[in-house]
Amino acid sequence: MNFIVSLFKSMPGAISLGLIWGIMAIGVYITYKILDVADLTVDGSICTGACVCAILVSSGVNVWVALFLAVVAGMLTGLITGFFHTVLGIPAILSGILTQLMLWSINLKILGRANLGINARNIKVIVTQLDKSKAIMALVGFVAVVILVLYLFFGTELGCSLRATGCNQKMSNAQGINNKFNKILGLIISNGLVALSGALLAQYQGFADINMGRGAIVIGLAAVIIGDAIFGHISINFGVRLAGVALGGVIYYVVYQIVVWLGLDPELLKMLSAIVVAIFLAIPYVKSSYFSYTPQFKAERKARRFAARATKKAKGGNE
Amino acid sequence: MLELRHITKTFNAGTVNEKVALNDICLKLEEGDFVTIIGGNGAGKSTMLNAIAGAWLPDCGSIIVDGVDVTDMPEYKRAKFLGSVFQDPRMGTATDMWLEENLAIAKRRGERRTLRWAITRKEREEYQELLKQLDLGLEHRLTTKMGLLSGGQRQAVTLLMATMRKPKLLLLDEHTAALDPKTAAKVLEITDKLITENNLTALMVTHNMKDAIAHGNRLIMMNAGKIIIDVSGEEKKKLTVETLLDAFSKASGAEFASDRALLG
Repeated sequence: MNFIVSLFKSMPGAISLGLIWGIMAIGVYITYKILDVADLTVDGSICTGACVCAILVSSGVNVWVALFLAVVAGMLTGLITGFFHTVLGIPAILSGILTQLMLWSINLKILGRANLGINARNIKVIVTQLDKSKAIMALVGFVAVVILVLYLFFGTELGCSLRATGCNQKMSNAQGINNKFNKILGLIISNGLVALSGALLAQYQGFADINMGRGAIVIGLAAVIIGDAIFGHISINFGVRLAGVALGGVIYYVVYQIVVWLGLDPELLKMLSAIVVAIFLAIPYVKSSYFSYTPQFKAERKARRFAARATKKAKGGNE
Repeated sequence: MLELRHITKTFNAGTVNEKVALNDICLKLEEGDFVTIIGGNGAGKSTMLNAIAGAWLPDCGSIIVDGVDVTDMPEYKRAKFLGSVFQDPRMGTATDMWLEENLAIAKRRGERRTLRWAITRKEREEYQELLKQLDLGLEHRLTTKMGLLSGGQRQAVTLLMATMRKPKLLLLDEHTAALDPKTAAKVLEITDKLITENNLTALMVTHNMKDAIAHGNRLIMMNAGKIIIDVSGEEKKKLTVETLLDAFSKASGAEFASDRALLG
């Protein structure tokens, strides 16, 4: 009985973390799904957001100002990746990896040490795990505002052109759309959101750590995939999809808690996350290349194999 | 309206694969000219269109559209002057986006994209009117994803997108080649209609000699990166496939070697 109580007690924490990572996943959604760019900057920029926020609030800056500056810092990281990719022509994945590595040093310089605690008892923060119900309410507010703003943005001329860039660059070029500008813009928005998520995460868990971004992209992708799998079929409405992605983050962390509660070694969780994401990313390909046979094709193939075996046998008998 | 001055382009210069794709091309189009371009594989037809659209920079020469030198203008900037339809029906539209969103993007070709709404209610009615003219029943499918439409429907919509904001020059790069004969004829009919109604200046690459003869007021034949035949007016009206083939062998000193152009 105590077991189940402990599971329920861990749920508010899982939901808060899920919502925080949900914002991050929405950032990933913008690059991965809309812009069709796999952006690995996020592993670094989530940490940048956390570091900027942590160092500012602990030196007495207002938490909202700190949050704002963290977002701006995240946007700058997107700008760097965008510059590498569009102006210098480096493939998107490599551009992200370069920025990510660069950010490790920068984050260390921002923070001035490997990790820094934020004591929520002395410092005023927006979300903290010391008050989980308040944290959940605040985070739902954040997620709602992010979804609303993005929903409106992607309905504008500029937002529409960004989607066109992600869908068909030849078409958007012929329609006078500056694809390079749009890619940079998308990366800026995405990494701004990721940094926002990092800043909230630092406040929530009460510290920023130089290694906290490792593998963030996989969690983001997992949330995007879960969200798409569940809500992709329900509605094509863009707002619902984004909400689905945020909920995907929540589901990820709830499952995470359950798995830990069941006694799985938490050290194995990153491996499991990676395997789950790999499976989901592989599904479309595996489906189309191994499971697309028609019943007739299967029957004929069976007959062919049978015939081949029969000839082989007959030959063997003659010898 | 369009002027090409001594355009030359060599691909893979200095290697064994060196290919002179365009060799000192000079061409001048008057306003309202509808020029069909024909030639064998590798003659430089599409290369010439790509040069005008700005897919790459020419080695030398200049391109002037409506008095503006666009030679070193990036592709997306010169799109302001140009309407383009490609051979591949998937290329001309954003397949994951709605029909009306595609049209809205085309309506703002050459304009700054701002934070105003992408589509207004008034525009939606306008799009319905335009689609009705295509006579493909698309006026009721504004919120259908482009990817769900057939190749012919997509080419028709791409044509609409290329012309709804009047371009200085319309570039058609074998835009019916990937369609079945019946659909191709329908799309060509729409092409003719849009060009005449809007009094457009157009360049149409085709591999079909009959189409090249039947459409437009001027015909250009290319071979090995050069324009070898250029007929217009009354002379073009009298052209037949046979006289065109004769003219080709006289001008190039070789037999016309493209079954596709003869049979198509």
